[in-house]
Order: sequence, then structure tokens, then C-alpha cells
Amino acid sequence: MTGVFAAATAAIVVCMGLTLTRSILGPTVFDRILAVNSFGTKTVLLIALIGYLGGRPDFLDLALVYALMNFIGTIAALKFTLFGDLAGMEEEKSEELY
Amino acid sequence: MAGPVEVLSWVCILTGSVFVIIGGIGLLRLPDFYTRIHAAGITDTLGSWLILIGLMLHEGFTLGTAKLAMLLFFLLATGPLASHALAKSAFMRGLDPLQGRDLVDRHEVDDHA
Repeated sequence: MTGVFAAATAAIVVCMGLTLTRSILGPTVFDRILAVNSFGTKTVLLIALIGYLGGRPDFLDLALVYALMNFIGTIAALKFTLFGDLAGMEEEKSEELY
Repeated sequence: MAGPVEVLSWVCILTGSVFVIIGGIGLLRLPDFYTRIHAAGITDTLGSWLILIGLMLHEGFTLGTAKLAMLLFFLLATGPLASHALAKSAFMRGLDPLQGRDLVDRHEVDDHA
């Protein structure tokens, strides 16, 4: 069982590296947000798996907290949908998608 | 000797890991934002579902399963929502999708510009 958990943890760590690479490369701001969102999901999975890997399922509480933080990130993304900016609603601002 | 539930749990976790890896590679390799949404959104949801269901099978009927079910619910609620919001946001703000027969050529032109 430990081998399965270790394999899944390794897979998720590799995938987190790939996701982080995409978030650094860009090129648009939407790519970065997508990558960071995906990274958050994988953080939740990683914490849960590490808890079982180390024989301490109490880590699930931390995973729950991270899931809630991810939810707040989603709300931020939704606000980004409406205003195109997390800070305010300035109009006629020159946009930089790239 | 592992029971059938345990074996099912291994299968779920390993399949979920494969999906997660595929999503990561797709997020890095696909040419366009709208195609990358497929890679990130769909495989993330399915992969995390499979991994969490595998953990639930491993755990059995305990408090941990309830916590895992809550995790499952949060990931289910937020993942597709974020993907949809991002796609809509990008489209409303004028990010053009790659399309047409000369997709590859146009993409190379865009890169050189």
C-alpha cells in the first residue's frame, strides 16, 4: 500500500512541476491563473496522500483548509471575470494580456 | 493478502495518478489557452476524484472518509467553476482562439511576432 501512495505522490509532485513551469512561461495571464488553480488542486491531493503515506491521516484537516483556500481563489477568478482586475474597476485602462 | 476493496483502491489511485500526469503534460504541451483548459480542467477533476475515491476505499467507514467526501465536494464545486469562469473571462476580453486549417502556421507566426 505504501508503494501505491508513494507512486501517486511522485506523480503529483512531477505534475506540480509541470504546472509551475506553465505558470512561469505564461504567455497570457489566463494561462497563469489556470496553472495556479490547477496547482492548488494538486496541493490538496498531495497533502492528503502524504498524510496516508506517513500514516497520519490527520493531515486531511490541512487538506480541507487548502481546499477552502482554493475556493477563495476561485472566487477571485470569478471577480477577475467581471472586472478584469482584482484591485478595482478602472475603465479604459490599457490591457496587457501577454 | 490484499482484499478486493484494497485492490480496487490501488487501481483507483494509480489511474488517478496517470490522469494527473496526463493533465500536467497537456497543460505544458498544448498550443493555446483554450486547449490548455481541457488538459487542466477535465483531467484535474477526474484525477482528483479517482485519487480521493481510492483513499476513501482504503480508509473504510471512518471520520476520514467523511473528510475525504468533503474534499471531493469542494474539488467538484470549484474545479469546473474556475475553468468556466476563466474561459469566459478570456473570451470576453478578446483572447482569440487558434482555429482554421492553417493553425500550425499561424501559431508559428504568432511566436515569431
